[in-house]
Amino acid sequence: MGTRGYILKKVFQAFLTLLAVIVFNFFLFRILPADPVDILTRGAGAKLDDAEKAELRASYGLDKPLFPGQFMDFMGDTLRGDLGQSIIQRPGEDVTAIFGEFMWPTFLLVGVSTVLSTVIGIFMGIYAGWRRNGKFDLFSMGFSLVLYSMPEFWLGMLLILLFSTTLGWFPSSGRATVGGVYTGTAAVADIVNHLFLPALTLTLAYLGEYYLVMRSSLLDVLGEDYITTARAKGVREKWVLRRHAVRNALLPTITLIALSFGFVLGGAITVEVVFGYKGLGGLTYVALQNRDFPLLQGIFLISSATVIAMNLVADLIYGYFDPRVREA
Amino acid sequence: MQSPPITPGGDPNLTGDRMPESLPELRSPRRIRRARRRRAHTTIWKEYRKSKMGMAGLLILVFFVAVAIFAVFSSKDGLDPTKVFGPRLAPPSLKYPLGTDNFGVSVLTQVIQGSKISLLVGLVASVMTITIGALIGIVAGYRGGAYDTLLMRFTDFGLVVPWLALAIILASIIGPSLVTIILVIGLTSWPSTARLVRSQVLSVRERPYVERARALGGGNWHMIGHHVLPNVMPVILANAVLVVAIAILSETALSFLGLGDPFSFSWGGVIESAFNGHATTLGAWWWIAPPGICIVLVVLSFTMIGFALDEIINPRLRER
Amino acid sequence: MSVLSLKDVHITYHTASGGVPAVRGVNLEVAKGEVLGLAGESGCGKSTIAAAILRLLPGTTKVEGSITLDGEDVLAMKPGRLRAVRWTGASIVFQGAMHALNPVQRVGDQIGEAITVHNQAGEREARVRVGALLEQVGLPTRRAMDFPHELSGGQKQRVMIAMALACNPSLVIADEPTTALDVMVQAQVLRLMKELQRDLGLSMVFITHDLSVLVETSDRLAIMYAGKVVEEGSAATVFHDPKHPYTAALAAAFPEIGDRRFRGNPTGLGGDPPDPQEIPSGCPFHPRCSVAFADCERTVPELYPAGEGRRAACLLVEGAKTVATGVSE
Repeated sequence: MGTRGYILKKVFQAFLTLLAVIVFNFFLFRILPADPVDILTRGAGAKLDDAEKAELRASYGLDKPLFPGQFMDFMGDTLRGDLGQSIIQRPGEDVTAIFGEFMWPTFLLVGVSTVLSTVIGIFMGIYAGWRRNGKFDLFSMGFSLVLYSMPEFWLGMLLILLFSTTLGWFPSSGRATVGGVYTGTAAVADIVNHLFLPALTLTLAYLGEYYLVMRSSLLDVLGEDYITTARAKGVREKWVLRRHAVRNALLPTITLIALSFGFVLGGAITVEVVFGYKGLGGLTYVALQNRDFPLLQGIFLISSATVIAMNLVADLIYGYFDPRVREA
Repeated sequence: MQSPPITPGGDPNLTGDRMPESLPELRSPRRIRRARRRRAHTTIWKEYRKSKMGMAGLLILVFFVAVAIFAVFSSKDGLDPTKVFGPRLAPPSLKYPLGTDNFGVSVLTQVIQGSKISLLVGLVASVMTITIGALIGIVAGYRGGAYDTLLMRFTDFGLVVPWLALAIILASIIGPSLVTIILVIGLTSWPSTARLVRSQVLSVRERPYVERARALGGGNWHMIGHHVLPNVMPVILANAVLVVAIAILSETALSFLGLGDPFSFSWGGVIESAFNGHATTLGAWWWIAPPGICIVLVVLSFTMIGFALDEIINPRLRER
Repeated sequence: MSVLSLKDVHITYHTASGGVPAVRGVNLEVAKGEVLGLAGESGCGKSTIAAAILRLLPGTTKVEGSITLDGEDVLAMKPGRLRAVRWTGASIVFQGAMHALNPVQRVGDQIGEAITVHNQAGEREARVRVGALLEQVGLPTRRAMDFPHELSGGQKQRVMIAMALACNPSLVIADEPTTALDVMVQAQVLRLMKELQRDLGLSMVFITHDLSVLVETSDRLAIMYAGKVVEEGSAATVFHDPKHPYTAALAAAFPEIGDRRFRGNPTGLGGDPPDPQEIPSGCPFHPRCSVAFADCERTVPELYPAGEGRRAACLLVEGAKTVATGVSE
């Protein structure tokens, strides 16, 4: 099939999965026994009378039959990028517009911590696997196991306790100083200052897992016959590691990193809540408390789409490194 | 090429029956099976005892289970702020070894009472996860064909959906409660178990003695009950332990976000109230640290047990 | 002078359950241009010896005795010298090429790596040499761009052979090179190896459990059992006139069409090779031996002279009695 076929296949599959998610999103609210309008307006406080409900129902197209009426409406809207309006939080405002405001801080946070945790975790894992049962291995193993067992938001709280409340080195919340009017480098520095603790939290939270996977994957590979072949040929240990062992050990690691991305997003939500960080996570929390369903639905869609995209990226990277999958 | 010698006695899956040298009396198949199972269990336990990590994990777990049982039988009055008049937000003292929260309730009591919720929810949710996952995995692996493809697409979909987002939506529709959390975890965590079980079933299906059993006329139920299940169980067991660990962490996160029962505090709930009570900015470390430490210890213990079990089931890890 | 010389070699693996003596006092010699066949069942130690020659055993393994390659003591070599000698002094054709090749690297690069690592050529010249090597083993040169999974079992084995020849080694160790192949492919690969050995005048150690293969390819044979050599001599005489009951049983297990001895007398060897941690007392073969007698349980046989250039570790030989080959007259 070749490389191009592989890429096309993966992109197509990703698109199909996205469609499935959208359909799933649709049914999520409508299969329930309760009246959708009741659910949609549950958080609104005052009870609506029948007339208002009927009006609301009509505006949401809920008076149309489920299939094809509502379904087509929903699909059409979603594919056009119309995710509805927020009911509670900012009534009437487009969900997509709200996202625009909250997306980049989350991307920044998740991006920075993912890069850091994968890079550090992988390097640590390689080093530990190579020097199995050395002091570094045992220490980092314990360290990673403990990190892996920690709820990330709790870690965040501890870090706030230490670095913010006690030592005063970093702010305890927010993504930028409230009411601050910094420009240029000062603005960037301010953002970094606020980003530091949340990013540290997320990095530490997932570093352990990547370390463990890389280490065990490397140990598996080191037991393979072709490693012995390489050594028998007289290749230096350093190159045996780099050219033969790591290249093969990275493969399952990439897969696992992709698979855990859903958890990373989950972690981002709780961490943003802890740090009062105004990103999508914090938005989700507030939307949850307000039962602002259009917003929640949109968030579900966006996060699913992100995970699908990340999986696609991982698939492509994997395909680059492992020639075997390109054939099938 | 050189290979280290295999363990004495060889791979039990390959050598099959090894009847004892002396056969004093005729043994029925059932007695043989039972004896074999007993022998297998004692061997597993003997191997397990050798693992320091496994024993440590087991010890910690037993400790917390004991705490949870103690919590069931001790009074919950200590949790009620109307019945207790402790000092608010007090650091640890002799009377309140873990200090008090912003209502004056002892943190120690909360942690002890929280243990039973956290462990229970973790356990029940795991049972649900594993049952669903194993069922799907076995059907997909054993039936193959269209069933397999369909179920695996479904599983892949389940893997892609970000669990917390889904959990939040589900919980906000159903309403916050312990049952919600159990349901949500059960419904979102099964895919990886399903995948694992399926691949194990596939490998069992290919084994020669399975083919022979079919040739001898073994029907589907017999095959699944006598051949597939016993060989898949060890893998499920090792996976189950890790599933519980993740379930506990998930429950903690969901409780933290306010989706749990507001009246019965799990450890996650204690952390939630600590957060909402501004424990971080007020420096009330005694309120924040203990529930988290308990979670870490319990999850660690499950993880260690899981690792130890995994090493026994995948012996190749031992020789290196 | 011999290319390879093993004197009183003892190799003990280190495992969780204690030390496992895989090789218990082995002496072997390979002269220049000679093919030594090393035969025995799984677990007798032959593959261990192969790995030991280039010090490829796990670090915790204890290797005692002397292993001399081209006059140099392998066990005393410093790491740098060892790396230089690996592949140029001796190379190995591994069993199961499916797993002995790096799955994510093109086969041409893997062969070329052997050349460039020893600074025998630059990148471009190495590629030319790789092409020549591939042709030598009967593969088209464009195969160099393939990945291992794109090749058949026989093709992969040819790649392994080409790789083994890349640095013109003094000695080639073939460790079960054809075991994992179909019979037809096996015959092809064996023929190839025989030709190469003849054309290039290679010294070889040919390891296998299939005795009939060795008769075709080897000059001399050494039969191993439970970590020791139990018989050695020229290939033809050892196979057709075995002095040790084990050799006889091994030979009988691979019947030759046309040889009257096998007609109507299918024989195999019952039982399993002994667990290295629980080797029987006296002669390690006695529990499975059809002609064992009382002494066999008590006395450990040495390699007694058993004819012209032959030795066998059997008490029956010591007593110069004729050996019943286990086949009825």
